[in-house]
Amino acid sequence: MEASLALFLLFTMTPAGDTPVSFGRDVRPILSDNCFECHGPDTKKRAAKLRLDQEEGLFRERKGVIVITPGEPAESELFVRLIEEDPEFRMPPAEFRHRLEPKEIETVRRWIAEGADYEGHWAWTRPKRPEVPAVTDAGWTRNPIDHFLLARLEAEGVAPSPSADARTLARRLSVDLTGLPADPAAVSAFTRGDLDEAAYIEELLASPHYGERMAQHWLDLVRYADTVGYHGDQEWRMWPYRDYVINAFNENKAFDEFTIEQLGGDLFEEPRMSDKIAAGYNRLNMVTFEGGSQPKEFLLKYASDRVRNFSTIWLGATMGCAECHEHKFDPYATKDFYRLSAYFADIQEVGVFTRFQEGVVPPQMRVTSPEEEAELEALAGAVEALERELVREDPELALEQRAWESEAASEAGDGVRTPVAWVDDAQSNGGTTEGAWTFVGEKDSAPVRSGERSRRQTGSGIVQHFFHVADRRVSLAEGDRFYAWVYLDPKDPPKQVMLQFHADGTWEHRAVWGEDKISFGGVGTDREAHRQMGPLPATGEWVRLEVDPALVGLGPGRTVDGLAFTQFDGLAHWDLAGVETDTPSLAFGSAGGSIREALLTNAGTRTEEQVDLLRTHYREISPNLGVTRKALAVATSAHKTFEESLPEMLATVSVEPREVRVLPRGNWMDESGEVVLPGVPAFFAQGDAETKPRADRLDLAKWAVSDANPLAARAFVNRVWKLFFGEGICRTPDDLGNQGASPTHPELIDWLSVEFIESGWDVKHLVRTIVTSNAYRQRSAARPDLAERDPFNELLARQGRWRHDAEFLRDGALSASGLLVRTLGGKSVKPYQPAGHWRELNFPIRTWQADAGDALYRRGLYTFWCRTFLHPAMDAFDAPSREESCARRNRSNTPQQALVLLNDPTFVEAARALAEEPARAHPHESDEQGVHHIWMCVLARHADSEELAEALSLLADERARFTANEATASALLSQGQRPRPDDIPIVELAAWTQVARLVLNLHETVTRS
Amino acid sequence: MNPTTHITRRGFFGQAGAGVLTGALSSILGRDAFSAGGGGTLGSPHHTPRARRVIHLCMAGGPTHLETLDYKPELARMHGEPMPESFTKGQQIAQLQGAELKCFGPQHPFAYYGESGQHMCTLFPKTGGHADKLCIVRSLHTDNINHDPAHAMMNTGSGLSGRPSMGSWSTWGLGIETDNLPGYVVLTSVGKGGQSQPIAARQWSAGFLPGRHQGVHLKSQGEPVHYVSSPDAGALEGQRRLVDAVGRLNARENERAPDPEIETRLAQYELAYRMQTSVPDLIDLSDETEETFELYGTRGADGTYAANCLLARRLAERGVRFIQLYHRAWDHHGAVKRSMEITAKEVDQATGALLTDLDRRGMLEDTLIIWGGEFGRTPMGQGDGRDHHIKGFSCWLAGGGVRGGTSYGETDELGYAAVKDVVHVHDLHATMLHLLGVDHERLTFRFQGRDYRLTDISGRVLHDWIA
Repeated sequence: MEASLALFLLFTMTPAGDTPVSFGRDVRPILSDNCFECHGPDTKKRAAKLRLDQEEGLFRERKGVIVITPGEPAESELFVRLIEEDPEFRMPPAEFRHRLEPKEIETVRRWIAEGADYEGHWAWTRPKRPEVPAVTDAGWTRNPIDHFLLARLEAEGVAPSPSADARTLARRLSVDLTGLPADPAAVSAFTRGDLDEAAYIEELLASPHYGERMAQHWLDLVRYADTVGYHGDQEWRMWPYRDYVINAFNENKAFDEFTIEQLGGDLFEEPRMSDKIAAGYNRLNMVTFEGGSQPKEFLLKYASDRVRNFSTIWLGATMGCAECHEHKFDPYATKDFYRLSAYFADIQEVGVFTRFQEGVVPPQMRVTSPEEEAELEALAGAVEALERELVREDPELALEQRAWESEAASEAGDGVRTPVAWVDDAQSNGGTTEGAWTFVGEKDSAPVRSGERSRRQTGSGIVQHFFHVADRRVSLAEGDRFYAWVYLDPKDPPKQVMLQFHADGTWEHRAVWGEDKISFGGVGTDREAHRQMGPLPATGEWVRLEVDPALVGLGPGRTVDGLAFTQFDGLAHWDLAGVETDTPSLAFGSAGGSIREALLTNAGTRTEEQVDLLRTHYREISPNLGVTRKALAVATSAHKTFEESLPEMLATVSVEPREVRVLPRGNWMDESGEVVLPGVPAFFAQGDAETKPRADRLDLAKWAVSDANPLAARAFVNRVWKLFFGEGICRTPDDLGNQGASPTHPELIDWLSVEFIESGWDVKHLVRTIVTSNAYRQRSAARPDLAERDPFNELLARQGRWRHDAEFLRDGALSASGLLVRTLGGKSVKPYQPAGHWRELNFPIRTWQADAGDALYRRGLYTFWCRTFLHPAMDAFDAPSREESCARRNRSNTPQQALVLLNDPTFVEAARALAEEPARAHPHESDEQGVHHIWMCVLARHADSEELAEALSLLADERARFTANEATASALLSQGQRPRPDDIPIVELAAWTQVARLVLNLHETVTRS
Repeated sequence: MNPTTHITRRGFFGQAGAGVLTGALSSILGRDAFSAGGGGTLGSPHHTPRARRVIHLCMAGGPTHLETLDYKPELARMHGEPMPESFTKGQQIAQLQGAELKCFGPQHPFAYYGESGQHMCTLFPKTGGHADKLCIVRSLHTDNINHDPAHAMMNTGSGLSGRPSMGSWSTWGLGIETDNLPGYVVLTSVGKGGQSQPIAARQWSAGFLPGRHQGVHLKSQGEPVHYVSSPDAGALEGQRRLVDAVGRLNARENERAPDPEIETRLAQYELAYRMQTSVPDLIDLSDETEETFELYGTRGADGTYAANCLLARRLAERGVRFIQLYHRAWDHHGAVKRSMEITAKEVDQATGALLTDLDRRGMLEDTLIIWGGEFGRTPMGQGDGRDHHIKGFSCWLAGGGVRGGTSYGETDELGYAAVKDVVHVHDLHATMLHLLGVDHERLTFRFQGRDYRLTDISGRVLHDWIA
């Protein structure tokens, strides 16, 4: 099938007899496909020192042989070698798989015969505003777009399609500009002429949903998602970036600013919060948490990912090829690849992240509004005031302190160690508490060692409960020991147990007992981060685990602020844990073990530091300061609670750049390549990209939207065009290079690009220009008269027609049924998803918990985007996984899509909501009215007679079926969480739901026309 | 969808007009529609196929070659001694980075099986019973030392995300032979003997190939295929009526404004409806005999690898072209001795049963079975386990044109690197496609200006593996 299609395509693309051959449109693609691999940009593979991807190489002469002699095919070696009969000399050589078709050879011949006019590659020279061509039928044109289209149509003798009818146009505008179906009332006003087209367009452009619609395409490009992508595909928090994008389109932020903020907003002299959020762009690449990964290898993956993404979006280029070898078709060298990657070498990150806290991929930042910032400051101020109160000089307190000192000093010297509890019947130390703290007691027939309760822990693989960054911390003194009580179930004992201590921000202090299964700290190792303590303790009885802090790299003076109770498989009960010390009164505090030393030092000979220590410590324990301390605790907690209620996201933080080398064949272990500094691909004008000793991302961003880069505007304009016509002017929006498609209207893409730049990169202006053209208003129906002439609609003698994107199908059903919750932004939501879809995920094991209430009815772009297990309804309709940039979604047509529209609870529930009004009206209103109502909600028109007959027949049959079997009716109506109204008979509601399902499944409903 | 084919198809129908649509539908769109006997992109295979379908038994996590198919007495002798640096210097290491590297001898004995005397670990007696049907390969190597990219390599021929998986290439190239089921089906199971490494849906993604070639994940518990049950408690009567009504109105729309997408959608709704009946039929094991249950060691529907093997046979019988079973239990960083006992037990009987069952139904001769993981494990110990290893590992093939009783390739005396008849994953792919009747260099797809193929820019057909 492929071969015949290729021929067919070729046939239609061969210029007609009277149209001159264009080098760019007709000849270069042939050379690129068949010749550039050996006679192109790749210096390593270049044969016979011949280069055909540049003008100089095409027309040069060597040893009396001329590659191309304009006007003389027979004197042009390139052509002669194509028709050479001797296979030894014929090109391409026999062992090369590619063959030129006779028509291609003829195209080359004609081009030479017609004078061999050379044109540079269309996308690589600065766009100049072409003259708007004159047309015969000037009455058809509404703006310059129409001139470019009509000029070509007139030259080809083809008439454009008439305007779509008003209803279609209103619906087209609404879904194209907002991603939502048109409000039936607006359609009717528009159809009656009560709503002016220009006014309607402005209304839609001003709608907040415009930003959502535009964001959807941008999020595909930047590969925005809610999970990290590799291996365990853990959740991260990035959604403030998504909201930035929505707001940017709604505010109509100029595209150059939009670019600069995303690539380098964090590098501004005084970045606003929104700049820092925008710069989150730099952290959207996939990352890994897989233990045993090679940090250097993954740092390279991240760097390459960024180059590929930048080059797709701002260069329309496939620069990924140049990671391992020079690009075979476009002039990107390997060195260009690494120079570009060097711009991003300042981003603070590690190659392999460790799972320290769910959802945290450091560095992170808190996202605040100015009001929230002020609130935060006020709360911090209250804390500081109380802290000052606590350290205030007070003679009475000084007296009390001296009494305490002498008492504590005698205690510290006695050598008697007593256990002090840190955790018993509650985790009351503050800080962050994680994992399942399943307290059980006698009523659960659970073993308990101390107090009323113990903590039951069971699972497969590594399971743990823990706290860290506690407010109540252990200050270690000489001779202190940690202890914890554990009871291993005799029938199902864990394979291994572990105590893990958190100090100075790290968990790398671990003690393990039993079979070596827990990977943390390295299976098979015996070191502070993974200390082997011996065999698994006895089962079926309470065992006291004891750890000398020295074994896990801790000792006197260290403060420990967290403890984890970990096991591998099995069932265990954990109970009392703490520290055994000879100075119980000093066990908890922030000052550390040096207090003990200070106490035992004679008051007269204490250093100033020791005096301070004792005073500070006493104020932490003095009974007289109890009220103040309590107030401080409340204030601290209020501050912390508020701070934690503010969203966090991954931050782009600039640090000393990593060294970047050219890696031979992309091999990260080969360090023989040259060290490179940031720079843009060498064949572009450098502009200001390299002004400083070391250029940064801000320089790259400014270069990207400067005159030196011919591609940013073209790439953007082309993609935006695609949103409104279904295909780009260049039909390969991810590749504007030699192997990409030639633009169908090269002058139009340049005109739009210049118009876009000169308007100040005004995105709404660009969109408005497109949707107010007459070209946009054309009917989308296939033209039998053009089936042969223009099978791919390259002339744009009609509008495009395509199946709605995944998100818009969801949005459409929810909107038509009135269920849609139109809130903008916020954290990603979890609508219904089939059970078990996340079963193959691990580290940690997760289940999708559908949200409740409003969160179930949000627009598709807010659905939680899991890169490895995308929501199956989104996946079925070709939403991309967002592992890589996507400039062009597939538009498949599969049985899975039918299953989603038929059976996904989201669509069934929407149908039920649609059915409520007609079902409630029965029998006061006719069934015909009910059918029209549903058709109106979904398609903004009445059902025609055949549809009416079909719907009524379905309704009657289903009424009969549900009457006979109410259980099936009840099952149908229990799809989705929306409560079933009790004022409607279930048979009636179920039967009408079937009618609503019918219309939601119609081709017209799922198609943008 | 490929821009070219997509547009062309539209164009073709536009040109043909409504009258020709029906005929064209069966000849071209029929492939979209899983039509019986429908060819794929290739129209017909490049040469006579030896296999019509593939069952890939993916032992996910990386099974140790040293306790499955590749016995190393020298490693046993050097157990506990430092691994000679000449083997490991400058090589990639996963979790053992920075650790002391010591030889860790084979933990289980081997024996000779079959008339051909295939040397296999005694943990696999049932598989060993089919030794004369197996081609054992002991000289594989791969590029990526971590699970996720290594699976991507094994499935797509590239460690990068986004390429089509081998199942998708197969159905795209050769078409689909069933009217009622997808052409590429994936089953998964977990075990009790190792960490259950996650497996990403990208492993069965169609990448840039048309979406209908994506593997469909058939779940062993809950709804077997997403959205395959009617919302009214699975009733089919109303669903049939609804699909018919949708079909009639869409067909009328197509008469008014002909559009090949409508034609395709009509076919897809019909298929969706058929799946609603064929999937329950597929998983309904009431027609299996007691003897079969005993053979596999399962009564099904328990989420085990064994149950998946039985389903694999049923899928194969129904014409599914590419079937993948992932058993996510082979990541034995610790306690490899005990873990291998557990995991081998989980797969051996059912694997043997699948071979027996296919053979007695005459299906083994045109079903290619591939058994193996995404990489092997180190001859160096990691405690009492083994770390990831890519320089040398093993797999076996059977059925579908494979030369049984063959042992191919060797690793060095410590089982570290493949040294004799070294083969890469690309070669495995090339040979698999060859057995399916496909020249791997001629099954290409143009994406972002480049012709991509499963074997990237390499791959050799290993004729020694072929009968």
